[in-house]
Amino acid sequence: MRELWQLTRLIRSKNAGPFELTFDVMFKDRAGYDLVLKSGVLSAESIAKLYGVELEEVRLFSIEQVLTVKFSIPRKVFSGDVADTDVYGGQFHGPLVRLLVDETE
Amino acid sequence: MGKKIKAVAATGNLSTGFREESLARAVQQGAHFVGCDGGSTDSGPYYLGSGNPRGPRQGVKRNLELILRKTLPAGIPAIIGTAGHAGGRPHLQWAVEIVRELARENGWHFKLAAIDSEIDRQTLVEAFRKDQIKPLSPAPLFDEEVIRQGKRFVAMMGIEPIQSALAAGAQLVIAGRCSDVAIYAALPVMQGIPKHVAFHAGKILECGAASVAQRLYADCMAAELDEDGFTVEPPNPELRCTPQSVAAHTLYENSDPYMLVEPGGRLDTTAATYEAVSGRAVRVEGSQFVPAKYTVRIEGAALAGYRSIVIAGIRDPLILGQLDHFLSSLHSAVERKIADNLSPPPGAYSLNFRVYGRDGTLGTLEPNPKLEGHEIGLIIDVVASSQELASDILPLVWHSGLHHPIPEYQGLISNLAFPFSPPGVDVGPVYRFCANHVWELDEPCAPFRTTWETF
Repeated sequence: MRELWQLTRLIRSKNAGPFELTFDVMFKDRAGYDLVLKSGVLSAESIAKLYGVELEEVRLFSIEQVLTVKFSIPRKVFSGDVADTDVYGGQFHGPLVRLLVDETE
Repeated sequence: MGKKIKAVAATGNLSTGFREESLARAVQQGAHFVGCDGGSTDSGPYYLGSGNPRGPRQGVKRNLELILRKTLPAGIPAIIGTAGHAGGRPHLQWAVEIVRELARENGWHFKLAAIDSEIDRQTLVEAFRKDQIKPLSPAPLFDEEVIRQGKRFVAMMGIEPIQSALAAGAQLVIAGRCSDVAIYAALPVMQGIPKHVAFHAGKILECGAASVAQRLYADCMAAELDEDGFTVEPPNPELRCTPQSVAAHTLYENSDPYMLVEPGGRLDTTAATYEAVSGRAVRVEGSQFVPAKYTVRIEGAALAGYRSIVIAGIRDPLILGQLDHFLSSLHSAVERKIADNLSPPPGAYSLNFRVYGRDGTLGTLEPNPKLEGHEIGLIIDVVASSQELASDILPLVWHSGLHHPIPEYQGLISNLAFPFSPPGVDVGPVYRFCANHVWELDEPCAPFRTTWETF
């Protein structure tokens, strides 16, 4: 088992406007990118579950050219609203960092 | 051989700065204009709501001075988007005042076009009644009442108002709320560069040197556009672009890496190619522009209340061991105290305990809301209908919290460590974004008003 961060060069979250969050998981190499795609760790289903959104609210992209898995979800609390905890959306990626990726075939 | 246009971004945000020599080099290399973005919604609704610009004023002034020092002698225009961070009327006036100072101090003579993008409530009500306002997703509830209650609304302009100003001879364009891409696409499209090239180049340029392989510091970026594509190359020889660094930049702050919605259509980069033409320059071709009904995004901020906060630490393991119960029983005790002492009307305030060390960062999205450390940071967050009420509630909360009993201890205890005296602070008005909508327009320039000043 590896933790997701060990396979990546960058994991980040950020506002995509005040109403959406977008996450970029950028891999070090092709092997890590393929491994994670195959593992289902970053499937729309697992993302929906992890972030408490509906499956159809997850927009998921695997971008081979830059070895990146990207997904976007709506914000439950809009940026800067009374109950918001992260105006820039810069720390919402935290729960992704140590996700376990199964290396066995 | 078709026309070539060299577009230069001074930096990603007018307040963050750049290397003077990088800009000098870019202008010497034949820039047709220099652009710079001055704002964003990223810092939340405060700036739009309050009308306060985000500084530092001295930094903005310095950077604007460096830009004009290069563009005015070269006879090329400078284009600043989203003045004062939020692009409302007070933000635009703030930026124009800085320009006036610079013109006076330097003895400069030039034509300034300032494009106001603030939308009066009545205009917006009329557009709403004509069914021209359409929701994006997710959108807050939006109706005439929301418009009337809103503190300030802006429309995000596309390339057309900037083009009108340039066509009329503006040497400096200061735009209110403005698409970042439009800053860089306006002039090239005027000169015959296709929209798919100009808009894609604009997306790469809008963050300045953010699309380099290793961003060492904020700096300039340049792109040469022609009718088939563009070549992006940082003017600073210490920086370099790679096909990956440029392609990856379309991901940044964009919910869809292949689609970028702009007024009048969307940029589709699905088929774009990125090729190294040197160790530092990348050629980009193959994106598409898909025209659509002309819309501009509406941004609005409404007053949500007034905030007062206390910061405190808790280190006692017995309190930490029962924190959820401790805070909920404190909450009940305090509610009663507030009712007895201040008798506020129903719904006049909200009281929230933010627990750092448990779920302070992610809130309800925290998958593991457990306490694991030996201490927590607590923010007591009060938002009320007036600052006076929030200020009055605050000491009732922190003083109750300080001495709130737990069963393990007999006698008066002190539960909270306040790092500051006074323990609390009035934060001021709190705003919320109240629109995620677009406005369908027949005439792209209709909501925007340009005023001219000649120095």
